[in-house]
This record gives sequence, structure tokens and C-alpha cells, in this order.
Amino acid sequence: MKRIFRINYLFIFLSIGCFQVNAAEKVELLKTDWSFKGLFGKFDRASLQRGYQVYTEVCASCHSMKYLSYRNLSEKGGPEFSLEQAKAIAASFEITDGPNDDGEMFERPAKLSDKFLMPYANDKEAQAANGGAYPPDMSVLAKARSGGVDYIYSVLLGYEDPPSGVTLDEGVYYNKYMYGNNIKMAQPLSDGLVEYIDGTEATEEQMAKDVTTFLMWAAEPHLEARHKMGFKAILYLIILTVLVYFSMKKIWSRIESEV
Amino acid sequence: MSDHEYVPKSKFGKWFNDRLPLLSLASHLTDYPTPKNLNYWWTFGGILTFCLITQIVTGLTLAMHYIAHADLAFESVEHIMRDVNYGWLIRYIHSNGASMFFLAVYIHIFRSLFYGSYKSPREIIWIIGIIIYLLMMAAAFMGYVLPWGQMSFWGATVITNLFSAIPFVGEGIVNWLWGGYSVDNPTLTRFFTLHYLIPFLILGLVVLHIWALHVPGNNNPVGIDIKKPSKDTVPFHPYIVIKDGFALLMFMIVFAFFVFYSPNILGHADNYIEANPMVTPAHIVPEWYLLPFYAILRSVPDKLLGVIAMLSAIFILAALPWLDTSKIRSAVFRPLYKQFYWIIVADVLILGYVGAMPAEGLYLLVARVATAYYFIHFLIILPVLGYKEKTIPVPLSITEPVLGGFPNPSTVKKKESIN
Repeated sequence: MKRIFRINYLFIFLSIGCFQVNAAEKVELLKTDWSFKGLFGKFDRASLQRGYQVYTEVCASCHSMKYLSYRNLSEKGGPEFSLEQAKAIAASFEITDGPNDDGEMFERPAKLSDKFLMPYANDKEAQAANGGAYPPDMSVLAKARSGGVDYIYSVLLGYEDPPSGVTLDEGVYYNKYMYGNNIKMAQPLSDGLVEYIDGTEATEEQMAKDVTTFLMWAAEPHLEARHKMGFKAILYLIILTVLVYFSMKKIWSRIESEV
Repeated sequence: MSDHEYVPKSKFGKWFNDRLPLLSLASHLTDYPTPKNLNYWWTFGGILTFCLITQIVTGLTLAMHYIAHADLAFESVEHIMRDVNYGWLIRYIHSNGASMFFLAVYIHIFRSLFYGSYKSPREIIWIIGIIIYLLMMAAAFMGYVLPWGQMSFWGATVITNLFSAIPFVGEGIVNWLWGGYSVDNPTLTRFFTLHYLIPFLILGLVVLHIWALHVPGNNNPVGIDIKKPSKDTVPFHPYIVIKDGFALLMFMIVFAFFVFYSPNILGHADNYIEANPMVTPAHIVPEWYLLPFYAILRSVPDKLLGVIAMLSAIFILAALPWLDTSKIRSAVFRPLYKQFYWIIVADVLILGYVGAMPAEGLYLLVARVATAYYFIHFLIILPVLGYKEKTIPVPLSITEPVLGGFPNPSTVKKKESIN
């Protein structure tokens, strides 16, 4: 049995090694308590709904979310808007559809099956409208930055005046946590920028936390299902392992040898 | 193959077995005499078979939903993650499965190094194993390209560009590999085809690997030849089956933790950014399991020599049965080799670490020293050690080590368990 433990030490050692390799070369990021971390981590439903509000009122004017559909907003494990709410949200956007029988494109209110409306017609337009910097698509953003949600949260709150001696070009801002400290996005959040439907006070920190939670869900919509299944799967495996261990002991007891 | 003639009981069984001896094969596999002192390091063969099957099954499922096209690949992966039923589970098992496969194969290889399993009469098993390992690296590399993220694209660019180091024909070969003048759609489609093909080649080689193993039988921690069947052996079923099963379950628990609780920890965040030929990532790093070779490649200032060094680092392993001149297999009885063994383990881990770091300053220096030591170990230390080392007397059998003049059997036990 001792030997088995040693093998598992090795696993632990290796996984710690991987964490450290990934954690290297970073400034200390701001931390906040995320409800979706840990063995039983779940999204905070209200926070996701507020996060959607911040996204749609603030971020969506420049950032697309092309892999999400309006139906996702009412799906289990997400913000879980009611079907009616999600339909109403979808209907508030006008999208281009077509061609119709006359061969013409036409505008219509979005349906649940439609993808999130894109803010720009194409990447070039997006770049042109943002001083040459392309606002990244936000669908998987939370997984596409090392540091993940902590990084995004930190960048949202990391705007400050540049240290003396640092001069910034026109349209460039100083951010403590951004790689290279230069960011072309103006500070997106400020106290009271949105008026939360649920009456929560819209402080900068609150909005940053809500929208980052929303981005995490957007990047990993099945996170809750994954955590739930993981717990069951691992519990099952542990019980089976114990049973197999005793069966093994029993079988090997027939001969004079140690397992 | 079989040690005794197997005769099926039923008339039909006999009729069938005379025409296709599947029942004889099954009987051989169940009765296969296995040394009874195999420790848990020997369970990784079974674990690796599990890994291969898992990769093939999840891979087939993914291929039903994946689209191998430069404009659609990234999106189709997101489609799998979001809209395919349990697509996230299948993809995370597949992507983490690659890492678990390599973790297991490294343990398997280093077990072989410690107990001298590559030595006569098991050279062919070892060489087939090295070919499998090479194919695994090719399959893993091409698989990493398929999601068409930034690391996929730039990893593919860096690795395929290595061929341009070949004098005169290098450029031509690179263009031939790419199917164009840069990594693009033709590259992706051929990588997908090969990524689909290689696992089945590996499967075939695994059959040969096991066949070749069943000729001399397993090596064992004491490293001596044993009589089969005898008091030193147990039938494969149920003894080894249940033990392998137990170890496999332990392995699956670790596997499950990665899949369910940190599925992206072993990957690189940049691969969730769609491939963009116009933007180069700050650091291009391969997956963790290729890092030691990446470090060797970068530690040589000349491109061609770097590629040669990297390839030699792998091919040198195939010559190992002849480089290691010692007649004693197990490191348990080779006090000096045992120390050098742990040094080479540390050396490879160090190479892996510096492979993940930028190739400059102290990292580069460490990489160079570690690379040099890697070759010194295999080309100088091992051959010389076989002649110079004073080994501990080896027991004559597993059950009766005293007869071989070994003073204290409990010492053997203790030494084994240290490893």
C-alpha cells in the first residue's frame, strides 16, 4: 500500500509543477471570491444576470460574443432568465436576415435561436472604430488569458495614472495589470454606470465582478454540470477503488506474496 | 506461444479453435505466467492500453463533430463544447487524456530504465516501444494543431519550420509539408488525416509490443530470469488483472480531477484565441510533454545541429540495449547505476522546466549543461559503468533469494519499495 501512496505523491508533485510553470512571470492579480471555484462551485445566478446587463449595456458596444445565442440565456446552469425574459431580450435586437423570396436582405427582431448581435460588420470595421485595436470576441475570453477571471477582473479595475516618466500615445491608457501596461480600451466601468434591475448598488468592483462572472459562464457554459458530474464520478471511482482493493487483497491472499 | 496445449471443452469450441485459435489465445492470455513480485510501476502498461483506447473512442466521437477547415475548425470546437451533448466532457477527456497518456508513458519508460527491462532478450519490445513513443509525439503534436488556436498555429509553424534546417532541400520539404507557402488549410486537413491514422498504427504496434513481451515474459523488480510457470509466477488472471485494475482506478481518479476540476490547467490560454497569422504570441511553447526535447533543440545555437541534437536525444534511446553494457538488469543490484538513474531523472525534469522558460540568460546555460549531461549519461556513463561497477550479488529466484547467496531477503524488499 505504501508504494501506491508514493505513486500518488508523484502525481501531486507533477501537477504542482504544472501549476507553477503556468503561474510564472506574473504580477500579483487582484483576488475576489468566485462562487464558481472549488469542488461544488456554482454560478451566482443574480450575479450572472447583472453581469449580462453590464455586458449588454457596456461591453457589447465594441465586443462581440459570436458563439453565444439568446437561447443560452435561459438554459440551465447559466443566468437562467425565464423563457419569456430571454425572448424579450432577443426581440430587443434587430438583426439582418435573408435573402427573402425577392432576394433581399431584411431586418427583423432576433429570436432565441439567433446568435448574439455583432457590434461591427467585420474585423476591419471593428479595428477602424477602435484606433486600430481589435476588441477581442468575448465568448471564450475568460479562458483565453492566463490568469483567467482574476486577470480580467484586475484589468477592469487596474486603470490608473501612468507613473512619472511614462508617456502614453493618444488613445492609449495605463493599466497596472495589462500585459505591457498599455491598453487601448478606455476605462470601461465607473461607479453607477449601469442601474441594476435588482437594485444592487453598481459600484465599480460589483460591476467588474458581475461581468467577469458572466464571461466565465460564457466561456464555460457547462461548468456547473461539469462540477456536479465530477463529484459523482470521483465519488464512484473512490468507492469502486476501495472495493477492488479489498477484492485484490482477498485474491492475493491465496498465494504467499504481497501486493 | 502457449506453454501447454489448450483443448476447448465443447465440440463447437474445438471445431472453431482448430480453424481459428482464438480460444487458445484467450487461454494463453489468462494463464500467462507473470512474476509475482511485480510492483505498481508495472501496472502502467495496462494503464497505457486504457489511455490509447480512451483516446481512440473519444477521438472518433469528436471527429464526428469537428470540421477540419481553417475557417471553421475553431468554431466547430466551440460547437462541440457548447451544443453537442456532453461534447465538453468528451473533448476534455481527449485533451487531458493526451497529457495522462504521456504521464503514463514517461513512468513506463523510466520504470524500464530503472529495472533494465530493455536488456536482452527484450530489445525488440523496447525498440517497438520507442517507435510507439515517437508516433505518440507526432499524434499529440498534430492533435494540438486541430483546434486552430494561436498555439496550434504557431506551434505548427515552429515545428514544421525545423525541416527547413536540412541543407539544400529544406525549404522544399517545408512547403511540401505545408501544402503551400505557409501553415494554412491544406496543412490542417493533412494533419487531421494523419492524426486520425496514427492511433491505429500505434494500436497495431501495441499488439506487436505485447506479443514480443509474451515471448520472454515480463521482467521483474529483481531483474532475474525466472522459470515459467513456477513458484515465482502467478497466472495473469485473476492476479495481475485485479492488480492492474486497482492501479488503473487510482489513475482514473487523478485523470477525473483534471477533466472535471481543472481541464485547462495543462493547456495554454492562447489556444483559446483563434489562429491569426498576423499576430505572433509572446512565447511559443509546446505542450508540457514535449518540453525536454524543446529545451534540447533550443540549447544548440545552430538550427540544423539543434534539430539533430533533438532527434538524437530520442533515437539514442533505441540504442540503449547496446549502450548499457551491464549484464545485471535491475538497478536494485547496481548501487552506482541507481545514483546515475536518479540524476538522469532530475536532468530530464530540469530540461522540461527550462523548456518552458524563455531561452536566455541562466535558463539557456542550464539547458546547455542539462543537454550535455543527457548525452554524456547515455554515451559515456552507461557503457563505462557496465565494466567498472561492482554489483550486489543477485538472488537465484524470487521466492528463494537466500539460495543465491544474498544475505538478507528483507533488504531486497526495502530497496524495491524505495523506488
